[in-house]
Amino acid sequence: MEGFVALYIFMLAAFTGYEIIGRVPTILHTPLMSGSNFIHGIVLVGAMVALGEADNLVEQIIGFVAVVLGAGNAVGGYVVTERMLEMFKSSKGKSQSKGEESA
Amino acid sequence: MAEYSELLVRASYFLVAVLFIVGLKRMSSPVTARGGILWAGVGMLIATLVTFAWPGMSNYPLIIVAIAIGGIIAWVSGKRVPMTGMPQMVALYNGMGGGSAGAIGAVVLLGGGHDTIHMTLAILGGLIGTVSFSGSLIAFTKLQGWADRQYIFPGQQLFNALVFIATVAAGAYLFVDLTPTNIAIFFGLAFAVGILMTLPIGGADMPVVISLYNALTGLAVAFEGFVLQNEAMIIAGTVVGAAGTLLTQLMARAMNRSLGNVLFSGFGATGGGAALEGEMKPIDAADAAVMMAYADKVIIVPGYGMAVAQAQHKVWELTRQLLDRGVKVKFAIHPVAGRMPGHMNVLLAEAGVPYDLIYDLDEINAEFKTADVSLVIGANDVVNPVAKTDPSSPIYGMPVLDAEESHNVIVIKRGQGRGFAGIDNALFLADNTRMLYGDGQVMAGELLQQVKQL
Repeated sequence: MEGFVALYIFMLAAFTGYEIIGRVPTILHTPLMSGSNFIHGIVLVGAMVALGEADNLVEQIIGFVAVVLGAGNAVGGYVVTERMLEMFKSSKGKSQSKGEESA
Repeated sequence: MAEYSELLVRASYFLVAVLFIVGLKRMSSPVTARGGILWAGVGMLIATLVTFAWPGMSNYPLIIVAIAIGGIIAWVSGKRVPMTGMPQMVALYNGMGGGSAGAIGAVVLLGGGHDTIHMTLAILGGLIGTVSFSGSLIAFTKLQGWADRQYIFPGQQLFNALVFIATVAAGAYLFVDLTPTNIAIFFGLAFAVGILMTLPIGGADMPVVISLYNALTGLAVAFEGFVLQNEAMIIAGTVVGAAGTLLTQLMARAMNRSLGNVLFSGFGATGGGAALEGEMKPIDAADAAVMMAYADKVIIVPGYGMAVAQAQHKVWELTRQLLDRGVKVKFAIHPVAGRMPGHMNVLLAEAGVPYDLIYDLDEINAEFKTADVSLVIGANDVVNPVAKTDPSSPIYGMPVLDAEESHNVIVIKRGQGRGFAGIDNALFLADNTRMLYGDGQVMAGELLQQVKQL
């Protein structure tokens, strides 16, 4: 990859991140923090490559730790975010049923 | 063959980047949020699977075992943790991501043979990731209550600055002499920086700190992505880095403080501000229930105390009783109530409170004047009028909920202690305030029983 292309990718991705969060209601700050925490769990693939290309014991050990931690980030981030957002579903359902009661 | 598998991987990463961005975008609206995490989850699954096809890899059994270990531990802990424990779990998983990025940096450096740009990025990513790793772990122990105090000693800031400079120097020295020992020294120092940086920060500021480390991990992932030529890591890491930075700023602003102030002031250590004269006036649950049951409008202000007491379900039951009696009930949520922004929203949503009853600070502050009763449950600093009146107070200038303007204020509180900021609360001493001492869940339950009997 050309250095400058990488730089452009970096800039555009940064703007994208900024724009996505820019107009978010406070109610979603926690799930979004958790969701973005999940997304940097993509570090797992880098850890897999690092371990996959490791050719001595020290590198293998550190690479192994990297994969364990990366998998923890990805899986844990997903589970926690999913549980948080699960509640938004139930609260929406309840507010609808409440609307029916009052109607 | 290798050519095709590389093409497959890179094409899949492109798709993954799209899935992540769309997923994150969908997560930013309550209606589509649940679908959003699914999109991102599918992206992660694809990314993980195709990476096995990355050309030139070996050690597959090790990779699979490592994924299984990390994945299972995180799955079980993530499923088991109660909702109140979510903030520290986010801190923990975030720390793991940072640690992973740091470890990648270490492997890359140990491998050697890189040009200046790649070396620089590997070192920077390693530094940031490791700081995020150890810092998040400290944040986790603090939120978990294992180390719920600040560690402050004279000359701490100077000491921390020196350690940081030494770390940067050790990183720079790697360009001169890239030996395993020097690499180990560099990562050891970076680990110490994260610990030292986080130790003096008080529990009340942890949301901002976790958000900052979240952004830092994203950045570290992006840097290591450049080194590994991995587009998925670059895009996802950078998007999170930028989004996390903005989120951190929003949170710091909600407390009317700069990020530097949060990180370097040792807030809450000394208390400060003028001591307040006056007496807290107690009330019993029966009287409080009468006040609320015959009110036109009640505003409920929850804080971390509600989370600790697990009182959100009782509070919602109480709310339904009041609504059935024709009382208008609204919830007022301060942006930094709890331990993460939106923490209270999540807990109330868990209990089933529809989000059209929930208002944030800007929407509701003008309404306190017209409320008959404000019920403050487990909140303290976010309703302290001192923030508006006493320039010497550490929370001066922080936007607060104007609960004192309602006709009556009932405060459910365990004891007479101070809030996280360690300062007296003028609201508790006000003429129109009555204190209902007790555990949040027990007291909400008693209020519920009393209201039912009326």
